[in-house]
Amino acid sequence: MPTFVYMTRCDGCGHCVDICPSDIMHIDTVTRRAYNIEPNMCWECFSCVKACPMNAIDVRGYADFAPLGHSVRVKRDEEKGIIAWRIKFRNGKKDFELVAPITTKPWGSAIPNLREVPEPTQEQRDSQLLYNEPKYIRMDDGGLDTLESNGLKMKAGVYY
Amino acid sequence: MDHKTIVEDNIDILVCGAGLGGTGAAFEARYWGKNKKIVIAEKANIDRSGAVAQGLYAINCYMGTRFGENKPEDHVRYARIDLMGMVREDLLFDMARHVDSAVHQFEEWGLPLMRDPKTGAYQREGRWQIMIHGESYKPIVAEAAKKSADKVYNRICVTHLLMDEAKENRVAGAVGFNVRTGDFHVFKSKTVIVAAGGASNIFKPRSVGEGAGRVWYAPWSSGSAYGLLIEAGAKMTQMENRIVLARFKDGYGPVGAYFLHLKTYTQNAYGEEYESKWWPELQKMVGKEYLDPEASHRTHRPIPTCLRNHALISEVNAGRGPIHMVTMEAFQDPHLEEIGWHNFLGMTVGQAVLWAATDVDPKNENPELTTSEPYVMGSHATGCGAWCSGPEDVSPEEYFWGYNRMTTVEGLFGAGDAVGGTPHAFSSGSFTEGRLAAKAACKYIDDGKAEGIVVSEKQINDRKAEVYKPMEHYKVYRNEITAGDVNPNYINPRQGLDRLQKLMDEYCGGASVNYVTNDKLLHIGLKKLKIMEEDLEKLAAKDYHELLRAWELKHRLRTSEAVLHHTLFRKETRWPGYYYRGDAMKLDDENWHVLTVSRRDPKTGEYTMEKAPCYHIVGEDEE
Repeated sequence: MPTFVYMTRCDGCGHCVDICPSDIMHIDTVTRRAYNIEPNMCWECFSCVKACPMNAIDVRGYADFAPLGHSVRVKRDEEKGIIAWRIKFRNGKKDFELVAPITTKPWGSAIPNLREVPEPTQEQRDSQLLYNEPKYIRMDDGGLDTLESNGLKMKAGVYY
Repeated sequence: MDHKTIVEDNIDILVCGAGLGGTGAAFEARYWGKNKKIVIAEKANIDRSGAVAQGLYAINCYMGTRFGENKPEDHVRYARIDLMGMVREDLLFDMARHVDSAVHQFEEWGLPLMRDPKTGAYQREGRWQIMIHGESYKPIVAEAAKKSADKVYNRICVTHLLMDEAKENRVAGAVGFNVRTGDFHVFKSKTVIVAAGGASNIFKPRSVGEGAGRVWYAPWSSGSAYGLLIEAGAKMTQMENRIVLARFKDGYGPVGAYFLHLKTYTQNAYGEEYESKWWPELQKMVGKEYLDPEASHRTHRPIPTCLRNHALISEVNAGRGPIHMVTMEAFQDPHLEEIGWHNFLGMTVGQAVLWAATDVDPKNENPELTTSEPYVMGSHATGCGAWCSGPEDVSPEEYFWGYNRMTTVEGLFGAGDAVGGTPHAFSSGSFTEGRLAAKAACKYIDDGKAEGIVVSEKQINDRKAEVYKPMEHYKVYRNEITAGDVNPNYINPRQGLDRLQKLMDEYCGGASVNYVTNDKLLHIGLKKLKIMEEDLEKLAAKDYHELLRAWELKHRLRTSEAVLHHTLFRKETRWPGYYYRGDAMKLDDENWHVLTVSRRDPKTGEYTMEKAPCYHIVGEDEE
């Protein structure tokens, strides 16, 4: 379902242009509003729909296999940490809403800045460990799995 | 046309492409390189780029060692059987032993992982998959990458890697252009981690018109992981191992949660179970080692994905299609019904739109399944990518040259789709590979391996001329015609893409030829591709957006070339259901229990192919 933009709602802010992973939301030079310049490179990812502050962007199922008359709308709220969907069938028999969390923490607050954590030791540098390991592998005091620790070896040939 | 050149100098670690692999790399690099200069160059906007842009409803690679669920070697054995033996087990073991630490951090950062209310462990979908509310998976990991990186350049299409002129076969950075401003960007860097994407859209899609965008893998996955690496002379592996997906028809909505969690199953148009009747014949093709339904039933050893595809394809060819997913039982449970819809909204909204448009209520009817066109990538149930060094403590001699995840070009690393032989990494495994590559890249620099890199102005200027050539070409020849896109002196990127897709489909085993090819077809394909490459010198771009599509096409062409060479080299049918060599319809362990490795000579364009030994992880006392 390629995206399209409602003329009366779009104010040409460009949030969709900024976020589109496929670079297909552009501003029309005549209307000064956004539109999808290449519908056959649209993945229906809804990134632009979610980013639009005016709710101006919607989708219409791909013309080559999706009949007209359906609707899938979405509202994503980082502050509340939820996303809400509403799906309407073509025949009107199904019209329902679904809500899902998008984060469990205030947005971005729980991500560490690795500039500020203690510098790794030479021993850590020479080891196979990554940041926060071995602790975060099992959330205990155990070490990293190796071939030796697990009684394994690498052998060329056909084995199953 | 005068384009401004913007040089970013003295970079230590340049990350090309910031999907899950690239964000992992940028994040981790800061820990091991406190004072290092870390720069990201991303074609789109890292908040919504890569294959996870629209989210995920599951993390498909999680061991659960903290809950005593699996060991890394269990996952290696799983990926091995699923890929019919052809994997890099050192890289897989390494990824699997680290992957849980990435997932545990994701949870800490705010990614909602579902929990099993009874056990308190993460909610399992299947043995390796856990369920998440992952609509914001990508923006969350992007925050982590942004905190670590010195600079994030969004909207830079990286076209080429820069090579050191002081020491042969050593990387020196990358160049590209800004798809908004048109500025030329030069990144001089001691190391480069290529974490760009695999390739959708190189085989003709089943959909036509608008629907061509509804490919299974993102349409912006332009094979740049391979285009960049092959052009730099890096060795590639398993490029023949393209993947075909059995998915909901047209929308390509995911089936994992349906099979594993909702316990839906497939049947033919007449309501019959169809898979088992194809096994005896298929077993003769691949051998009991690879297909043993009784053992699978007994031990939960999976039947390889490609072989299940084979049964579906065979049943449809026998005239008993379409294949249906039986949802009508599971969807009577309102809780499971809700999960079924959430699953689409979380990662393939288009499938929900399609069902709404066609009034498909899976409670009342069983939706159709189909097999997709092939895709070339290295992080799902397939392992195309670069031939990379493994970790010191796991890898045998043939697999190790100093730095984990380093390609055969010095200082050039890979992650995610870029690394070959590591299927079933998925999102979390790709992120983990990025972390591993970043640590190794820091060590490479600290060991003094990146000293004395020289990049001449000539190299930069030559690349600059090459990058903008499609726009120059357009300017020169556009006014030869009155209007439109039909011109005797150029083709535009869309015309080129259509030609590539048709060629790969018909000669390299696409969907419309039932995934069958042979040596004759492949030779013709290579010949036609060579001529197409000549025509791509006459590619025309009327603006920067088309210039982006032009370079994506060039990366797709280079990817396709490698796929053709590899497919020709492996003279057997290793993965029935992914593709068939009509002239060698059996799996041949005697000659082909090996990994295929190619190198394209950047100067001559000639390919050399070789076989590399396939090492397996076995128990200490197993002989």
